[in-house]
Amino acid sequence: MASRNHWIDPLIFSAPSKVGKLFIEKINDGTLLNNLAVTLFETVLGFILGTLLGALLAAILWWSERLSNILDPYLVVLNAMPKVALGPILIVALGTGYISIIAMGAIISVIITTIVVYTSFKEVDYNYIKVLLTFGANRKQIFRNVILPSSFPAIISTLKVNVGLSWVGVIVGEFLVSKQGLGYLIIYGFQVFNFTLIFLSLILIAICATLMYQGVEYLERKLIKDSK
Amino acid sequence: MNFLSVKNINHVYFTKDQAKTALENISLTIEEGEFISLLGPSGCGKTTLLSIIAGLLKPTYGEVLIEGKSISKSKSDIGYMLQQDYLFPWKTIEENILVGLQIMNQETDHTRKQTLALLEEIGLKGVEKSYPKQLSGGMRQRAALVRTLATNPKILLLDEPFSALDFQTKLKLEDLVSNTLKEYHKTAILVTHDIGEAIAMSDRIYLLSKSPGKIAKVFEIPECLRDETPFDARQHPEYSNIFQQIWEELDNLETKPEY
Repeated sequence: MASRNHWIDPLIFSAPSKVGKLFIEKINDGTLLNNLAVTLFETVLGFILGTLLGALLAAILWWSERLSNILDPYLVVLNAMPKVALGPILIVALGTGYISIIAMGAIISVIITTIVVYTSFKEVDYNYIKVLLTFGANRKQIFRNVILPSSFPAIISTLKVNVGLSWVGVIVGEFLVSKQGLGYLIIYGFQVFNFTLIFLSLILIAICATLMYQGVEYLERKLIKDSK
Repeated sequence: MNFLSVKNINHVYFTKDQAKTALENISLTIEEGEFISLLGPSGCGKTTLLSIIAGLLKPTYGEVLIEGKSISKSKSDIGYMLQQDYLFPWKTIEENILVGLQIMNQETDHTRKQTLALLEEIGLKGVEKSYPKQLSGGMRQRAALVRTLATNPKILLLDEPFSALDFQTKLKLEDLVSNTLKEYHKTAILVTHDIGEAIAMSDRIYLLSKSPGKIAKVFEIPECLRDETPFDARQHPEYSNIFQQIWEELDNLETKPEY
């Protein structure tokens, strides 16, 4: 109604009723679910990959002090640089299919995850480690029993950040080269001035991202609830 | 052969600009079942010495032997209690006290039952499923004691374990620890800066001076005090005599010129 009465510019904001109609239309002709599934798949995969790789890299850096000294300056540079700028290079390297888009989603979260998780590993109170050392624990036992569990809060908060970041990576990737997905719909809508379509996609992205975030919060409650 | 033999320990801390001698010529022997204290002002190297005896730190020179064997081969014979409990907040009390057994691959049904029984004996029945944050400081330190005793160590190294507690809890815990150790015939080394605590709990006190850490004097605690519980020992007339002697000695050390 607000857009019908021109209180807000109807071109840019569209009208909820029109968005609703488009929603039903697209569901019925099957294209919506298709695009949604594609983007969701790419994002979730990028998210999981980015988080796992980041955590793995952090573990390796903790394990080998030498490696962390060598790699530290590279991490600083990679962190400062906007990863989406790497988009075109990724696409040329990995092709225009799913892989490069998933890689976009992953790479944006990997560096930040590595840095946050590694810092958390290093900041574990030495006395907890000392307790284990007095029992003769080796490095692997120390990692599993102290370093990793005490870093769960940091890992969870990184996961929450990564939800948002992987969406950025994937949507930008789809802007650049995709023929499918919600990002594609946004660009397509932009190119044909169909802002209703853009809005529909935005709303769907918002819903999915929120659901993912809730998923992480559920994980948080399960992992940390007792001790915090 | 002595139970524990500390031979000529010297330790130097190296930094970019300087070398600081933390310990110089520390030698002492302990027999099984004895309770000795390392007493001295802050900075005299008591914790360094304890870390060396525990095998956590390699001394620049000298060696430590338990029953004739080098310390590095007898990791499982040592139990260590820190100043604070450092129980893992993400584990239940039960999981915490079993940590040592787990690391040493000694966790069996039998050892688990034994450890839980010890928990009950120490007055913490019913808290197995609780988390550390739900317990008071004294209770947590008691749980930490169970954790240390669970692996049945031959020697207990106590690094000022009561200093973070309020006075009442401290006295109660001193009695508890002393009685438990006597009951299980454990040998113990206590590091403290509290003269009263050292007198109340030990058979023998090594007074350390600082910069560099050296054994300044050894005090043998008379039998009349040794036979009492820590709480009762503090009320004994002999207590103030020894306290006075040690106090004067410490005073002398402070006023001696450092070079």
